[in-house]
Amino acid sequence: MFKRIRSIDHPVAICFEGEALVAQAGDTVAAALLSHGTIAFRQSAEAKADRGPYCLIGNCFDCLVEIDGIPNQQACRVQVHEGMRIERQIGLTRLKVDDES
Amino acid sequence: MGSPMQDYDVAVIGGGLLGSAFGWGLTQRNLRTVIFDEGDNAIRTARGNFGLVWVQGKGVGMPEYARWSLDSSLQWRSFADQLQQETGVDCHYERRGGFVVCLDEHDFAANQAALETLRRESADQAYEFDIVDRAELKKHMPLIGDVVGGSYCPNDGHCNPLGLLRALHTGFINNGGAYRPHNHIVRIRGLQGGGFELSAADNKVVATAAKVIISAGHGSAELGAQVGIDLPVFPDQGQVLVTEKVERILDYPTNYVRQTDEGSFLLGPSSRDVGYSLGTDAATLGEITRRCIKAFPRLSSLRIQRTWAALRVMTPDGFPVYQQSDSYPGAFSFACHSGVTLAAAHALQVSQWVQAGTIPDRFQAFHPRRFHV
Repeated sequence: MFKRIRSIDHPVAICFEGEALVAQAGDTVAAALLSHGTIAFRQSAEAKADRGPYCLIGNCFDCLVEIDGIPNQQACRVQVHEGMRIERQIGLTRLKVDDES
Repeated sequence: MGSPMQDYDVAVIGGGLLGSAFGWGLTQRNLRTVIFDEGDNAIRTARGNFGLVWVQGKGVGMPEYARWSLDSSLQWRSFADQLQQETGVDCHYERRGGFVVCLDEHDFAANQAALETLRRESADQAYEFDIVDRAELKKHMPLIGDVVGGSYCPNDGHCNPLGLLRALHTGFINNGGAYRPHNHIVRIRGLQGGGFELSAADNKVVATAAKVIISAGHGSAELGAQVGIDLPVFPDQGQVLVTEKVERILDYPTNYVRQTDEGSFLLGPSSRDVGYSLGTDAATLGEITRRCIKAFPRLSSLRIQRTWAALRVMTPDGFPVYQQSDSYPGAFSFACHSGVTLAAAHALQVSQWVQAGTIPDRFQAFHPRRFHV
């Protein structure tokens, strides 16, 4: 599993699936979660299988999580901020249809 | 056919959607077949497809093309099922019909006129379509926006075009076909007594075959000229945007938007003459987005994940060009920009033409002599 090469000197408090975690300022969400031993970021829509970061450069879309209530975000491309709430993404999200008024 | 003198019964140059369909169809007929394909630096039109299996509106001015698209669509279900059974690859073909969405009155009138022309030009006057108003669109597609109306055709559908390409390649190889990538064929030489010899850039002969099919997309004109085939094709660039994936909410493919089996929305189309450029640009992507959001406003909240451009293999009138060389019988060339729609017909019927050595009279309308009147 991943280990930090430098200890955290600028801590940022985040929350993953209800659990309080500490990340380093400037971490991507992917780096923060990986450093805590999390590799299952989401569950795939078809196979219902665990998925996690593969490319870490924004190409593969396998690290999708819900961040502060917004789904389908690439964990490798978003930096942590104080108080960020992250949830695993389970399957596909929904697009709501507006009622015609 | 099948002279033992030659390595193969048929050599297919080009492993895109056309060549792969021919190759699969020929191996289904137990012909010894090789497909020569280039590498990933080639202009891979088959990799950029929108994925419509589409009949509606096609072939105004050439009823043979309208009919040919319908023929292929009618065979697509069993074709896709057969491919899946034989290869295990599901190309996610759906055939619930498709809608043309018209954004303004002018669009609406032009679309209706085109469909009425197609019905009038069709041999049996049975060309199927329904003109629909916005309420009807809304009933089938709750996401629809403030549009005028449109039309519905029950013969339309869509598939995963990359799945289709993979299924054809897998099936071809399973059937004993030889797939040879990284082989850029530059020379075709007709042999004394029949048959052809194919060479690569280093002048090395890579194969001989009794017949040859040129289905090399944008590379076809240069090859065709060597065996008496005149092939007027040019690139027509189209751009596509892809959104994040969400649960299925759009049940029908349309002229602007379709939701893929995996949940993303594809937004298109565009048409530009920019030579062989595969670059996307803000103006074109913006115009595509504007139209798609007008048709389906709710899509405006979706994240765009990717954009790309691909180069249609366009002909002067937009219709397919099919021919066999007069001076080198056994050399065929096929080109069109509807490789997904026509895949079933290409695989099941065109392979038979090549086996028989003749293009049936009904399809002589596709010969490029039509450009020299």
